[in-house]
Amino acid sequence: MNALPAPTPGPAAALLGLGVYRPARVVPNAEIVDLIGSSDEWIRTRSGIETRRFAGADETVVSMSVAASRTALEQAGIAAEQLDCVVVATVSHLLQTPSAAAMIAEQLGATPAAAFDLSAACAGFCYGVSLASDMVRAGSAQHVLVIGVEKLSDITDPTDRSTSFIFADGAGAVVVGPTDEHGISPVVWGSDGARYDLIRQDAPWPVKVDPDPESEKGSHTLRMEGNPVFRWASFEMAKVAKQTLERAGLTVDDLDVFIPHQANMRITDAMARALKLPPHVAIARDIAQQGNTSAASVPLAMERLIADGEARRGDLALLIAFGAGLVYAAQVVRLP
Amino acid sequence: MATTEEIRTSLADIVNEVAGIPADDVQLDKSFVDDLDVDSLSMVEVVVAAEEKFDVKIPDDEVKNLKTVGDAVAYIERQLA
Repeated sequence: MNALPAPTPGPAAALLGLGVYRPARVVPNAEIVDLIGSSDEWIRTRSGIETRRFAGADETVVSMSVAASRTALEQAGIAAEQLDCVVVATVSHLLQTPSAAAMIAEQLGATPAAAFDLSAACAGFCYGVSLASDMVRAGSAQHVLVIGVEKLSDITDPTDRSTSFIFADGAGAVVVGPTDEHGISPVVWGSDGARYDLIRQDAPWPVKVDPDPESEKGSHTLRMEGNPVFRWASFEMAKVAKQTLERAGLTVDDLDVFIPHQANMRITDAMARALKLPPHVAIARDIAQQGNTSAASVPLAMERLIADGEARRGDLALLIAFGAGLVYAAQVVRLP
Repeated sequence: MATTEEIRTSLADIVNEVAGIPADDVQLDKSFVDDLDVDSLSMVEVVVAAEEKFDVKIPDDEVKNLKTVGDAVAYIERQLA
């Protein structure tokens, strides 16, 4: 029997460009508190969140992604038609099919790039970066666009004390492509489906989703068990972060930047303590202004650190993201 | 075998480290939430640190029953017995 031709292995891969989209409307805690009988101070001390952004009707999962992607392509110096694959990590593209990725690819002018959505909740962006790195290395794509995007305000219950003040909207995108020196470390990733119910959609879409936001049924579908999630994220994820550094042959002293999924400032603080990060490592704290944007939070936080001058192109950054599933993924990257 | 007072002292050090509460305030009759102002997330951190310190398991379902420092010390004592 004749062997089929194997793909010709590709070059080293790195993040070549980054772009984000932050929705226009800034929502302070004061706008959230009445429906959950809470206070600005309570939200700040429990989560570190001061404001978040909610997308308007004209800011969709697709439009936010397209805007973020154009910036990422421009920074990478890549034309949309050079993209071979578009990967969109999201849980809030409310059509099961077709994918957001196919529509985004078309609007960018990337057709006929391969395109698909990836369901790994808050870990989705780091899953996507790992896949994209592998595609470039294996030779199945030269340039891959990885987008993390959420419009969680569509699927959050504004009266739910555990989630309404946490979840928010936004998009971030990176171009992964060929380079001389590899800039994405081996991924450490996994899942724990035994704890599927800690963060979940409480009913399948066709049962719950109602297009009329004024309807009593609403789209009240994301639920979370805060304390067990805090425990898992703060302590078990710190172990995953340590494994990731070991696999990359690095220590915390080698790092310039720590960019955990912006789940809750208290989780970030607990992880930073558990990792014993030295003072020179910049820690992403975008959650204070942006809330928890699930799959979008890592690229959004990356952009904020660079925009604020706390991180620079070429810096070594530990990324770790974790969420509903439960699922998680972490890698060290050179910042684009 | 650690005495009640030894467990309380170690726990007080943990509460001090996690929540910045003076260790001397962490007495058996004190409520974590009402007297010491340890919120639910700090309580999780205290529990995880206590698990490591005493080599015991304190499941999530059990944490809500540990209202006072005395409850926590008694739970740890039972696990160690």
